[in-house]
Amino acid sequence: MNERELRGLIDRVKLGRMSRRGFVRRMAAVGLTAPLAAQLLAYSGVAMAQSKSTYKPTKRGGGGQLKVLWWQGATLLNPHFAVGTKDQDGSRLFYEPLAAWDPDGNLKPKLAAEIPSRENGGLAADGKSVTWKLKQGVTWHDGKPFTADDVVFNWEYAKDPATAAYTIASYKDVTVEKVDQYTVTVKFQKPTPFWADAFIGARGMLIPKHLFADYIGAKSRDAPTNLKPVGTGPYMFKDFKPGDLVTGVINPNYHQANKPYFDSVEMKGGGDAVSAARAVLQTGEFDFAWNMQVEDEILTRLEKGGKGRVAITPGGNIEFLLFNQTDPWTEVDGERSSLKTKHPTLSDPEVRKAIALLVDNKSIQDHIYGRTGPATRNYLYGPERFASKANPIEFNIDKANDILEKAGWKKGSDGIRAKDGKKLKFVYQTSINQPRQKTQAIIKQAAQKAGIDIELKSVTASVFFSSDVANPDTYTKFYTDLEMYTTTMGQPDPGTHCLQFASWEAASKDNKWQGRNITRWQSPEADKLLRDAEVELDPVKRAAIFIKLNDLAIQNHIVMGIVQRPTVSAKSLQLNADISGWDNNTSDLSDWFKDA
Amino acid sequence: MIPSLLGISVVLFALLALAPGDPFDELATNPAVPPEVRAALRAKFGLDDPIWMRYWHWLAALLQGDWGFSFVSRMDVSTLIMQRLPVTLIVIGASQFLAIAIALPVGVLAATRPYSLFDQIANTVAFIGFSLPTFFTGLVLILIFSIQLDWLPFVYRADINATGWAFYWEHIKQSIMPVTVLGLFQGAALVRFVRSSVLDVIRLDYVTTARSKGIGERKVITRHVVRTALIPVVTLVALQMPIVFSGAIVTEQIFRVPGIGSLLITSMLSNDTPVVMGVTFVSACLVVIFNLIADILYGWLDPRIAYR
Repeated sequence: MNERELRGLIDRVKLGRMSRRGFVRRMAAVGLTAPLAAQLLAYSGVAMAQSKSTYKPTKRGGGGQLKVLWWQGATLLNPHFAVGTKDQDGSRLFYEPLAAWDPDGNLKPKLAAEIPSRENGGLAADGKSVTWKLKQGVTWHDGKPFTADDVVFNWEYAKDPATAAYTIASYKDVTVEKVDQYTVTVKFQKPTPFWADAFIGARGMLIPKHLFADYIGAKSRDAPTNLKPVGTGPYMFKDFKPGDLVTGVINPNYHQANKPYFDSVEMKGGGDAVSAARAVLQTGEFDFAWNMQVEDEILTRLEKGGKGRVAITPGGNIEFLLFNQTDPWTEVDGERSSLKTKHPTLSDPEVRKAIALLVDNKSIQDHIYGRTGPATRNYLYGPERFASKANPIEFNIDKANDILEKAGWKKGSDGIRAKDGKKLKFVYQTSINQPRQKTQAIIKQAAQKAGIDIELKSVTASVFFSSDVANPDTYTKFYTDLEMYTTTMGQPDPGTHCLQFASWEAASKDNKWQGRNITRWQSPEADKLLRDAEVELDPVKRAAIFIKLNDLAIQNHIVMGIVQRPTVSAKSLQLNADISGWDNNTSDLSDWFKDA
Repeated sequence: MIPSLLGISVVLFALLALAPGDPFDELATNPAVPPEVRAALRAKFGLDDPIWMRYWHWLAALLQGDWGFSFVSRMDVSTLIMQRLPVTLIVIGASQFLAIAIALPVGVLAATRPYSLFDQIANTVAFIGFSLPTFFTGLVLILIFSIQLDWLPFVYRADINATGWAFYWEHIKQSIMPVTVLGLFQGAALVRFVRSSVLDVIRLDYVTTARSKGIGERKVITRHVVRTALIPVVTLVALQMPIVFSGAIVTEQIFRVPGIGSLLITSMLSNDTPVVMGVTFVSACLVVIFNLIADILYGWLDPRIAYR
């Protein structure tokens, strides 16, 4: 899809000939996230849709206790230090950002009075600033008013490297100015089409200035409020036992009328995913459980318990296969998979093409992941029924054999294809995780039929995903021919995500293997697209660039999607809870309620 | 006692330092966190120092009562452990109590009527009991009592919304399964041991003498036999403390009991070295202390062994 087609589509939405939702899905199909699509529309003058509210209760409280189960409990409650989703989800009970992402990728105001747009003057025409109007009359749990000073303070707090906030990336390159008591402006150094990052969603939760002002920078860890949150959220802090329990009681002064519904909330941690699923689906001891990393077969069986159901929320996480572009078996200057080498066999595009034909995404979905892993070939992906026409899923052993035969790879006496004395023998690594080992086996079997010998290797997750420079088995070192893992999409904008394809980001000894380009793909074409995307002010043009980049990487078989990894949670039948794949599980906690 | 604790701490520290992984690993794979933050954190928590220096810092701080600071939770390790220790002590204490309460009468009774039907049943049950690992019996109990019968909850909740009797009843209800699992495992091993120990003693001449003096059978058993037979049992109970702790770690994980065992597992998974160090050290201390208690008990059971 090129820029003209994109503009055509946007015009159709403007004229009302195409639904917003239809547009978002089309964008997802070509590799753009729902939030980015919603922003494209906003930028082109189609205001963001009002998130529809399904909230029914007509008075605050009275809902009893909400019991939720996170099988890895929150370990800290300062949102700026929250590493994983468990900590962010826990902090979100008490803290709120200016706006949250809803499941369709629209912004839903929380502490903001309205979402900035071109019409209301919030978005500058040059793309270099965004102005937020804050909701008035909001108070912190201790009764102090929430004002623009708090917002500015959060920027100062997070951008200071000495504070060591995990949210630093969202704040370090912007400047935040107070306009008046209830207005702030976020200024960017360069035109920024994706403006909804600072103060938004998971990394945008706001902490009170009056309690943290003395603990900025190196003293950040000593703040007593780190352990006893005081926020603006629907529940007030009651008790916290790291890794085990977070409890809250209703905030009687919550800034949204008639909310929240529950009188108290208990977030229990620990245990394992299967028994967490059981506690919600089968015995009904809990109302909600997070991150159900459980085989679909087991979930279906537990659902027969009749107390709850499984909710699947699409996001941007993807399980994918990487083709090493360098030679992992030759050591050059103290490192293998060095940029100075070329892979002896995988550098032949026909070989990569053949391997791609041997990956049976459909079977992997059907027999391993079920509902929890829809098949896809895209790196940036969308819902399966709208999957990109450009990258169809094709599994065809005969065709793979054909391609290899034509490219001159002939079967030897041992049944393994070879050319110029180089055999098609690969080592394929991933972390130890049952579905991954099953996937490996499926691919190995198909490859065998095409005369490719694949040796499987599995590495303990704590080693595979570590950044241990001394260990040869980490995924960033990639000292094998093929590897597979899930990459998480930290934010809706694909900018960082796509650094996987930037030549200057290649993981190597020089950057202690911290580069984001794991395959070490060197493509002037991809580099140009990325450079263009960095400076492209027009979001429509930028979107077209990312679509092209995704197609380039997939069609060259540098990486290849296997299955999507949507967020899977378990909910009791009575619970109404909207889970967004673009924000924390608890981002909409104020609107959760139970049917009577 | 002090040298053994010191030795334990050196070994633990070295093992943890040599193990792969780093508490801030998650940051490295997170594209949103720049490497500077990770470097700043490593420096802040002293992770860049050599191992011996880190050990020295840790030890010096410990001697001043400072257990260190959790990388992951950003709070004092001592607070974290104190939040969890009471639950573990209660669960372990209750299960040990249960184990002894079952093992003593059953073992003694089985020994006084060797090869009777009762003895054979007791033996069989005991064999099954200590052959089955706690994670298995735990799951079986959950399947029966939580899922089939729906009598007991299988998620342990430290924070119960009730007062008065209801509060205690809820606590007892949720403790039944974890305590039973641990207690039966311990008890099964003890039954066999009490039985053989009593059998050894009951044939001794002094017992025959006591009987021939015309003392009642009941009195002979309680006063003369059991007291002597208990000495090796006390040793066993003390020596088994490490097994109880490891069993407790598994049981805590299954039932989500917020004890130091589950804290240990989560900390290990997140490479939170100071907490792992703290928890293992507390466990080591407890084991050493129980051995000390056993030594003191000997003196009371058999005055000849007492230190003079």
